[in-house]
Amino acid sequence: MIATLEQATKLGLREEEFEKIKQILGRTPNFNEVAMYSVMWSEHCSYKNSIKWLKTLPRDGAKLLVKAGEENAGLVDIGDGWGCVFKIESHNHPSAIEPFQGAATGVGGIHRDIFTMGARPIASLNSLRFGKVDNPKTRWLIKGVVKGIGHYGNCFGVPTVAGEVYYESCYQTNPLVNAMSVGVVRVGQTVSATSHGAGNPVFIVGASTGKDGIGGASFASADITENSAESLPSVQVGDPFEEKKLLEACLEMIPTGALIGMQDMGAAGITCSTSEMSAKGEHGMIIHLDKVPTRQQNMKPWEMLLSESQERMLIVVKKGREDEVQKIFDKWDIHCVQIGEVTKDTNLKYYMNGELVADVPAESLVLGGGAPVYEREYKTPAYFEEIKKFNIDSIIEPDDLKEAGYQLLQSPNIASKRWIYEQYDSMVMTGNTQTNEASDATVVRVHGSEKGLAVTTDCNSRYVFSDPYVGAMIAVSEAARNIVCSGGVPVAITNCLNFGNPYNPEVYYQFVHAIKGMGDACRKFDTPVTGGNVSFYNQSEDGPVYPTPTIGMVGVLDTLSQKMSISFKHPGDSIYLLGKNRNDINCSEYLHHICGVEYSPAPHFDLEEEYQLQHRLQKVIGNQLVKSAHDISEGGLFACMVECAMVNGLGFTITTDKDLRKDAVLFGEAQSRVIVTVNPDLHALFEAELRGLPFTKIGHVNATKEIVIDDHNWGYVSDWKEAYDTSLEKMLVG
Amino acid sequence: MKFGVIVFPGSNCDRDMQHALQDDLQQEVVMLWHKDRNLSMFTKNDCIVLPGGFSYGDYLRCGAVARFSPMMEQVINFANNGGKVLGVCNGFQILCEAGLLPGVLLQNDHQKFVCKNVYIKSESTNNLIGVNVGEKALKIPVAHGEGRYYADAATLKQLHDNKQIVFRYCDEHGEVHINSNPNGAINNIAGICNEGRNVYGMMPHPERACSTALNNIDGRAILMALN
Amino acid sequence: MKYIAHINVMPLKELLDPQGKAVNSSLHNLGLTNLHDVRIGKHITLHVDAPTKDEADRQVRDACKRLLANQVMEAFDFTLTEG
Repeated sequence: MIATLEQATKLGLREEEFEKIKQILGRTPNFNEVAMYSVMWSEHCSYKNSIKWLKTLPRDGAKLLVKAGEENAGLVDIGDGWGCVFKIESHNHPSAIEPFQGAATGVGGIHRDIFTMGARPIASLNSLRFGKVDNPKTRWLIKGVVKGIGHYGNCFGVPTVAGEVYYESCYQTNPLVNAMSVGVVRVGQTVSATSHGAGNPVFIVGASTGKDGIGGASFASADITENSAESLPSVQVGDPFEEKKLLEACLEMIPTGALIGMQDMGAAGITCSTSEMSAKGEHGMIIHLDKVPTRQQNMKPWEMLLSESQERMLIVVKKGREDEVQKIFDKWDIHCVQIGEVTKDTNLKYYMNGELVADVPAESLVLGGGAPVYEREYKTPAYFEEIKKFNIDSIIEPDDLKEAGYQLLQSPNIASKRWIYEQYDSMVMTGNTQTNEASDATVVRVHGSEKGLAVTTDCNSRYVFSDPYVGAMIAVSEAARNIVCSGGVPVAITNCLNFGNPYNPEVYYQFVHAIKGMGDACRKFDTPVTGGNVSFYNQSEDGPVYPTPTIGMVGVLDTLSQKMSISFKHPGDSIYLLGKNRNDINCSEYLHHICGVEYSPAPHFDLEEEYQLQHRLQKVIGNQLVKSAHDISEGGLFACMVECAMVNGLGFTITTDKDLRKDAVLFGEAQSRVIVTVNPDLHALFEAELRGLPFTKIGHVNATKEIVIDDHNWGYVSDWKEAYDTSLEKMLVG
Repeated sequence: MKFGVIVFPGSNCDRDMQHALQDDLQQEVVMLWHKDRNLSMFTKNDCIVLPGGFSYGDYLRCGAVARFSPMMEQVINFANNGGKVLGVCNGFQILCEAGLLPGVLLQNDHQKFVCKNVYIKSESTNNLIGVNVGEKALKIPVAHGEGRYYADAATLKQLHDNKQIVFRYCDEHGEVHINSNPNGAINNIAGICNEGRNVYGMMPHPERACSTALNNIDGRAILMALN
Repeated sequence: MKYIAHINVMPLKELLDPQGKAVNSSLHNLGLTNLHDVRIGKHITLHVDAPTKDEADRQVRDACKRLLANQVMEAFDFTLTEG
């Protein structure tokens, strides 16, 4: 059954790719082989349209124990013999079709990436984008996605500790669901996704293989249209209970030393795991597909090769030590079946009932090997002209600033996410310090050490849309700023690059410039990129989504006592603004959602200024000169202050700059600003430490629990808190 | 005196319980596997803990499958002989399914999983925990989808008459009212004990409130009551 | 006319049914090894006011498609009795 070009193109391969396969094999491939190449050479697995630019990102650093792309996830040294493994990944398209299972399997998949390296996941984060809340479809998506994330994470037993969610109409048809997992491992106890040693047995462990998710990887690389709902087999069902058992069994097995390598099965299932492990170990495999435990009878070879059934792993074991491994999986009631063995010959040979059904060089399938690499064209987006036209003077300052603030605080992009996060178990594993003391980045303790990890996901995609280069720098900077405000030192990032169709030159422009900005910022903060995920084709009939390069950042606190929280602590403490207010409402939530302006430039940002701010902030926090720190982001100074005040129900009294627009001071989103509180006895020491950095003492924490701005009383903090806390749930329940 | 913590497949608060008892409260802890059948190293002074989680994925009904595990047969004997048993969250559900405690835990009235700090208050000093925790409202987290305690009128009357209600949900000032009830539990019931006062079940997680690193140690008095 | 619809909503055969799988293995642990292929779905009953059985059928089918079953993952069937 020789494959035809027509079949190949139906599976998403291009004509020249089909020719390339013929060259590699020295013959025309059969259907099974074409199916394998089509998935392995899809954007999802091969990064063929992005790898050229991804390679420009800083991928090396003193604390990196594994270089980006070498393993399933990044591994950084956090000291005291501990390593941290972390990664973010998208599950956008599956979630658009079936939000509950799409989000659930996204969470399951990213955790597998972490424990397949031998690390125990200790924190889960996410980054979500939906259309407007007032749309019933959006509400259905939000409820499904949140329930799915909760269902999987809660049962699996890893706390969901942080996240972000934004609502913009560009995400109406194509929501974004990015999930991040952070794990810890003793240095030296990690497992590699490799395979070598001829004769070593290859096992499939975990769930049985079914027809679900076949072609899911290709599916992720195709545009979403209304008809996608009919492409049924692409849905996968997650089983967090199976994965929990798999986690415990894998972590119990690793210390035995019986393993050569292990890789989880995500996209392209058996094909991807056998080829990537073999290519890395420069060996081949013989696989007997008829030995794979299946959920359905009469599965065809290509169905088994491509199945994306969840909760499965491929492991290569040292010959002679099979029994030890088998015993552990038996204890946890998990399938562990030998399906083949490692060969010196570097081809992958798949048999079905003794018949050779596919025979391909492992290396030819994978990224960095035979997979194609393309350079795409890009051009400056036409909508930049609209952005240039924006003039702040065309926006009239509102008479009633309090009313504008009230609306802003209840905007779904700013209001409390309580309705969402209370559905996640955020406390299991007893490591999340956020529960009883909120900080900008969530600080999670590492049991068995003094250390804390500060973790955050950040991306304001509206900024990236306005200026991809600056917007991506801001995303990295804000993540780092959140970690510094929490008392941590930023260490490294993982990225999830959500963009539209890369064959659209304007989309590709966004991609290229976002990568450039990200790279520059990461170099500045010495936070290399340890890995991540590219998700193209996020668009609908109305066009691409905002370019959304989500940053997941990890920082380290040497001891938990270094943690800094956001809350105002005592009446009488002075409130300082670090950085500088500006006459800038560009791209702000205020301008976009209250004034209704769609196009404006990115807010003020200067990388050097940001660097200096963080540098100084680290010092004053480290020297215990401040009692709280919270960075100014969406909603500006005002939203920031209310968030600090609400935690303990204390009020604040401030004076704003006379020579600036009031709306710019209160609601503008110029970057590189942080609000801190200081004990009045420490003013002199504190100010001395800040030499060279612009700062202003803007007011003090009050005991009357009221908000007082320029002598105007804006009412009680408790009333603002009530509006802030309940806004989203009112919209969602309605 | 020692604690035994049972690990079912799908338990996920077993290690938290171990940490709290061992590291925060300096107790001796033995981890027990659900397939084992040996509790001979435990005496009446000891306490067996059924931790939270999703035993057997919570499939079919929470706790329904775990109740049939080999170790649970031993726990039922241990309890019937007067041994101390504590079930937290999923552990509470298992104890109800096993018939060691009356009533059931239904899906939350709002039909969502809920994880947050809540306050609970001891109802009576007529049991080990009540004696130890005093009258103060304790801040203890809940995390469950099916935590709405329910029992029929006759059972409720019995629970009340025998003073078997251990905890009720309240606000930070100790007031018990509908707004302080996170799941719709009947009469705000958060925890109960059996007639013999040796078997305890509660939905809130005391093991999540035992560490100074987490800024909440309200749970210590609850666990230490079973010492 | 009044009818009663007895509706079964089951996970699609092609998809994993984690609940069915876990209950299956638990039955085996209890020694009931002759029982297999457990699948767990929902049974729904509802009352329909409709002039004819065909019309009742149409309305129930519509309800199944639009709300009661998620056809991405679930299949449904039903019977109508006069009630």
